[in-house]
Amino acid sequence: MEALLNELFVGLSIASILLLVALGLTFTFGQMNVINMAHGEFIMAGAYTTYVLQTALGTGLVTLSFGLALPAAFVVAGTMGLILEFTVIRRLYGRPLDTLLVTWGVGLMLQQLARDLFGAQNVNVDAPSFLDGGLTVAGAALSYPRLFIVGVVVLVVIAIAIYMQRTSAGRRMRAVMQNRPLASVSGVRTTRVDRTTFFIGSGLAGLAGVGITLLGPVGPTLGLAYIIDAFLVVIVGGLGQLRGAILAALALGMANSFIEYNTTASIAKAGVFLLIVLFLQVRPQGLVVQQRRGLAS
Amino acid sequence: MTRWAVAGLAILMVAMTGCGGSDDSDTSGSKASAEPGISGKTIKVGILHSLSGTMAISEVSVKDSEQLAIDEINAKGGVLGKKLVPVVEDGMSDWPTFAEKAQKLISTDKVAAVFGGWTSASRKAMLPVFERNKSLLYYPVQYEGLEASPYIFYTGATTNQQIIPGLEYLQDELKVKTLFLVGSDYVFPRTANKEIKAWAKAHGMKIVGEEYSPLGNTDYATTVNKIKDADPDAVFQTINGDSNVAFWKQFTDAGLNAKKLPVISVSTAEDEVRGVGIKNIVGQYVAWNYYQTTPGAKNAAFVKAYKAKYGAKRVTDDPIEAGYVGVHLWAKAVEKAGSTNPEKVKAASKGLTFEAPEGLVTVNGENQHISKTARIGQLQPDGLIKEVGGSKKPIEPDPFLKTYTWAKGL
Repeated sequence: MEALLNELFVGLSIASILLLVALGLTFTFGQMNVINMAHGEFIMAGAYTTYVLQTALGTGLVTLSFGLALPAAFVVAGTMGLILEFTVIRRLYGRPLDTLLVTWGVGLMLQQLARDLFGAQNVNVDAPSFLDGGLTVAGAALSYPRLFIVGVVVLVVIAIAIYMQRTSAGRRMRAVMQNRPLASVSGVRTTRVDRTTFFIGSGLAGLAGVGITLLGPVGPTLGLAYIIDAFLVVIVGGLGQLRGAILAALALGMANSFIEYNTTASIAKAGVFLLIVLFLQVRPQGLVVQQRRGLAS
Repeated sequence: MTRWAVAGLAILMVAMTGCGGSDDSDTSGSKASAEPGISGKTIKVGILHSLSGTMAISEVSVKDSEQLAIDEINAKGGVLGKKLVPVVEDGMSDWPTFAEKAQKLISTDKVAAVFGGWTSASRKAMLPVFERNKSLLYYPVQYEGLEASPYIFYTGATTNQQIIPGLEYLQDELKVKTLFLVGSDYVFPRTANKEIKAWAKAHGMKIVGEEYSPLGNTDYATTVNKIKDADPDAVFQTINGDSNVAFWKQFTDAGLNAKKLPVISVSTAEDEVRGVGIKNIVGQYVAWNYYQTTPGAKNAAFVKAYKAKYGAKRVTDDPIEAGYVGVHLWAKAVEKAGSTNPEKVKAASKGLTFEAPEGLVTVNGENQHISKTARIGQLQPDGLIKEVGGSKKPIEPDPFLKTYTWAKGL
């Protein structure tokens, strides 16, 4: 029972991390169909933003710098995304393979840039002291950093849902996604919407980077550890579907946790891949599918 | 899962580098020069480490110390009166790339020797290249043993100089009776754990769990849960690369620490500790042959020179020192042989000694490993490691564990 609870929490925690890194992609990949391989490097930029703030403000102000890092990382990564969109991606809309290769190259350049700026070694980011330790519920250990990430993800998901459903900017975004020509003739400036969407998607990657500093290494290749997982969540969830991404992250997180507990970490990775392959055979469109009103598929 | 992306890129890279190097790779084996690397007043040497990808975190520092050694040798007039010119190549954390680049250094750059590698997988990939070309590799990292290539000099520890002293310390000093093994899923941890299990069986220590995670793994919550379930006296940790940070952070998050559960690691050194965060690892144990705090004038000078060249924040550690020692051992052997010819260098290396930062080391003529003093260390609050035990004197390398009865059949 204790082990079951423990693994349920581990599964939830893995799901929250998967969702955190994938949320940005539900915008850039899901909404805009841009395969941005540099997304992982935006996550890395968010993590390094935390490091820079912590170094600048000193060790006495860890909590403050961590709090500041959340919005700062969003802006830093979002701005990087904006620059990437403006300089490269907008010239390549509708050419997914070219976009994939170019953004992969941009990702490598960003990794090398991080190596030149901060050194090849991992840097240390201290967790704020209020996140030390954890709760014990019915024998299951729930660590504060993991609970914190779950909390951040819940808040971000609510914020995105409100933005998409309740604001006019969000409605314009959905309109462009569902039928670009119709949105355009209705007076929506689609290029501007694209830019905003890309900014938000990249910014969310930065936010994920801040969360990841609590659990993993902060180094130039941090993004590589998460980029594939992030794409998997979006693909399994169904393109552009927030609900789908949430369900997919939960399913993958729980599968990973329980398979690993009963076998090994290596088999869990392979097992999750196998499950995804089988699932996509049955349902290639993903868990949740958007109904589109358009002649183009 | 990162492997997929990395593999895709690797294929691209291999395809690109392959075009340039493939035409001479077939014939070079037979045409090796008698005095490779020498041209006029210079001698070319190769440095081959991962300067990008997941292993760059560890390997860049070793490249730096090898360059420092080359600078020192050049400042004293070079080798055979000729200046050393390093040719630096990037192995990109990808094992086939290591083999490609090794071949390129040997046949295109015609270097006298190559200093490089970190993971056992990269060494295993390069081994046939060096044996085929009869060229020399100096490999600077502790490893799992059970290997002795005639064209590789191993300047890091083999198991009987690191892992076995670590186990003895756990049993004698920490009174450990039950042990849990955690490692990355590749050749070094798997082989090391096989040896640990054989040792434990012969010495009455019980192995209560064995877990492997893929290289680059970022989630250790389940592993930590399994450790807690098994409730061992100590953990023997052979996790490599970035995953180390995730392991230590999540080990601490789960409410564990050195007092509750001591962990001994053979792959976390001073350089890695900087990225882990000292509060996640303070008080834990490591087994190596050198620490930045190792006493002696030679080491004081080495640490000072390294910091002067690369910055006061940088630290030295075991593989960094072993890389430095490798370059000096090669230079000494070349001076003694009066030639860069690999066969002559090998002959001159037999019994060669060097006053290294870790103390006096001697090259074993039979297996080309070096004698090393085992040092068990404990992590201090300042991020450095204090020596708390070990062999006190150099241990002769025994990569095949021939002198240990319990190791029969490994």
